[in-house]
Amino acid sequence: MTALADTLELQNISKRYGSTVALAGASLIARPGALHVLLGENGAGKTTLLRVASGLTTADAGSIIHRGHAVRWQTRAAALNAGISIVQQHFSLVPAMTVAENVALADRGMLARFSMASAAAHVRHLCAEVGLDLDPGATVGTLSVSAQQRVEIVKTIAHGAPVLILDEPTAVLSPSEAESLFEWLRGFAAMGHTVIAITHRIREAMRFADSITVLRGGKTVFASDGPFTDDRPLLEAILGESRGLDDRMVEVPSTPGSGSGRDIDGVAVSLAGVSVTDGNGVPRLRDVNCSIRAGAIVGVAGVEGAGQRELLRVIAGRLVPTAGSVVHDRQAGFVPEDRQREAVIPEFSLTENFALRGSGARRGLIRWSVIASETKAAMQRADVRAASAESAAQTLSGGNQQRFVFARETVGAPRVIVAENPTRGLDVRAAAEMVRRLRDARDAGAAIVVYSSDVHELVALADRALVCFGGAVREVAVSAEAIGSALVGAS
Amino acid sequence: MSSQRRVAQLSTPLFAVGGAIAVAATIITLAGLDAGAALRAAVDGAFGDSFAVLSATLKRMTPLLMLGIAVAVAFRAGVLNIGAEGQFLAGATAATAVALRLPGRFGPLVFLAALAAGAIAGAGWAAIAAWLRRRYLVTEVVSTLLLNFVALNLVGFLIRGPLQEPTGAYPQSSTIPDVGKLPLLFAEHRLHLGFLIALATALGTWWVLKFTAAGFRLRATGASPDAARSAGQIPVERVQAMALVASGAIAGLAGASELTGVTHALYEGISPGYGYTAIGVALLGGLHPGGIVIAAIFFGALGAGADAMQREAAVPAEFASVVAAIVILCVLAVPGLMARFTSGGRAGSAT
Repeated sequence: MTALADTLELQNISKRYGSTVALAGASLIARPGALHVLLGENGAGKTTLLRVASGLTTADAGSIIHRGHAVRWQTRAAALNAGISIVQQHFSLVPAMTVAENVALADRGMLARFSMASAAAHVRHLCAEVGLDLDPGATVGTLSVSAQQRVEIVKTIAHGAPVLILDEPTAVLSPSEAESLFEWLRGFAAMGHTVIAITHRIREAMRFADSITVLRGGKTVFASDGPFTDDRPLLEAILGESRGLDDRMVEVPSTPGSGSGRDIDGVAVSLAGVSVTDGNGVPRLRDVNCSIRAGAIVGVAGVEGAGQRELLRVIAGRLVPTAGSVVHDRQAGFVPEDRQREAVIPEFSLTENFALRGSGARRGLIRWSVIASETKAAMQRADVRAASAESAAQTLSGGNQQRFVFARETVGAPRVIVAENPTRGLDVRAAAEMVRRLRDARDAGAAIVVYSSDVHELVALADRALVCFGGAVREVAVSAEAIGSALVGAS
Repeated sequence: MSSQRRVAQLSTPLFAVGGAIAVAATIITLAGLDAGAALRAAVDGAFGDSFAVLSATLKRMTPLLMLGIAVAVAFRAGVLNIGAEGQFLAGATAATAVALRLPGRFGPLVFLAALAAGAIAGAGWAAIAAWLRRRYLVTEVVSTLLLNFVALNLVGFLIRGPLQEPTGAYPQSSTIPDVGKLPLLFAEHRLHLGFLIALATALGTWWVLKFTAAGFRLRATGASPDAARSAGQIPVERVQAMALVASGAIAGLAGASELTGVTHALYEGISPGYGYTAIGVALLGGLHPGGIVIAAIFFGALGAGADAMQREAAVPAEFASVVAAIVILCVLAVPGLMARFTSGGRAGSAT
């Protein structure tokens, strides 16, 4: 078998979800014996590309060449038969079962006979073969996140597929755990396997990858074999050309000024020694200290799992930290990213959804006629298009829902407004309008905290920038380069 | 869109009931019995005359309506209270104890006190599950279900011990004094004040859910705990605990009403599974108080009709249970099936 014959090649893959273009001609070449790393911003199309490769979704256009043949698989099982397996970002483990049982569960022979001893021996053998440290008899629920991830990996490689794909395996790991995972991945690749991993950690990628591919806007913009010594070309590929960045920055010279000119003295939010540990005991924020003044837009950046989700919720008063103290506005407005889940109740009417804000503190009776007229007024103000205030929230388009949520969360001019990816899913015009509304609220004296996964948007919008990395929060200059390198932990 | 959904909401139970009766009639025919005669006997027994309506159907409907409302209050908050049966028994037990102990000179205060004691006991019984859920994360489905058996055995112990009738011959309590009994609504019929209390409970629940902040919090919590917590800043766990306790109070009231209105004494078979049937009542009624009133009438009529069917047409009353079970299965399955046919598979998310 020649190396070429075993190569997995994705050529000009395109994929749309509704009106959203996820991939627009992305390519990737992966050969056995090498660790391939896929880099790119959130939304660059990395996950979609690997979902196409592993049969979790099908491409609209483009071709997959595997072992010299053009293939096209519809299901994960078909891809697996052809020797391609994937470890997805979210674990699918049964916490109450042992490691061996979880691995046995992944076996496709439903009627195969199961014996505890042979399952444990199988796992022990697999682990020894590939050099992973796992106790087959341990209950999965009691394991650390990194050990659970090893279970997920063993489960996947138990199928014996020569191609192993991992979707952001380092998102849940601490820096040292991430390093040892990469070390293991490289060793696993050296045994003759093809390994493709998505990551946000540029330094680990440079250190361990045999080849790096960068996606931006659904296209492959960089592909090269190592060694990698300079992070500049990579950052440029991830964030776009630096020339373009400068232009964008010039567009907005006046905004920081106009905000600070009206600077209202008074700190709207302050966090002292704030730490958050999630339900699984994973630390999400570590000892965060910051204060946010009224009349400014603070941009928050962070790759997935870096702590920005928790930071925003602490600031908005939606999450009580495990340690530390917070001074915040009880009336803080909060526009979460996942509208359908966190901001509205889809089957409730708009009036009911409007009443939702502050309902935790409401007493006595609800006067629906009053709330209905408030809802209508807010809808008019924010140009929400709906049949009536009694329409169910789920009948509105995404853009109208977002305008509705924003209008509701800014009723009564709260001192603090927290918005998470407020322009996601909006078209260009609606996104521009959202940005204008955020600026208006800032100019009216509110403290605005905005998270965006688009660094350019942050740079255009923010007066200050906070970057989350591994649960720590750091203030950096408001420039794409400064934010970009802080995102991946470079100093 | 919304009116379309309303039509679907109303048509589901009708199809379920019609389909279930058709299936039961088929089985009765296959068993070599006369389905036509059985059906006529059932309808006569449930609605034939004022005795059928007042002494059979509406009397049977009373506990089912209150328990259906109890179940719905919990379900609407996203708490699956399977323990209405146990809370009903707790309420009946407390009502017995109060009605037997309070001196007769208090007059109507005796049955009022018995009803109040029943509600408190039911709330307390549910509070055990609420506490286990908050403190130890014990799923309420399991805890409320198991507490039913604890309640049943507790009743069994009490009627052979502290609450047993003085002769000690029968495993039951003494009959409560007349001042402890709920007044009858009509001189010659067995329909009692509990029927009006049940209707008032349904009306009151509707009003609370619709017009009070607490009711809105309950609905929001059940509809989307995430949105309730995030957008509404609602203490979701506390709302759910309170809903479970309130649900228990209503179930306990049902137990007290049945004891002081119908059985007048405590024994082990005081509930022929009312608490479980009530889950079907609540679901058939779409968890809406108005719908539950109609569903309770249906289940009340089903019970009354089954008795008549057995008496008049010699068709086993178990066929009514078949109908009840099929109705519940249909109500549960139809919305899922409709969702499947009306909306196709959803596309995955892009990254």
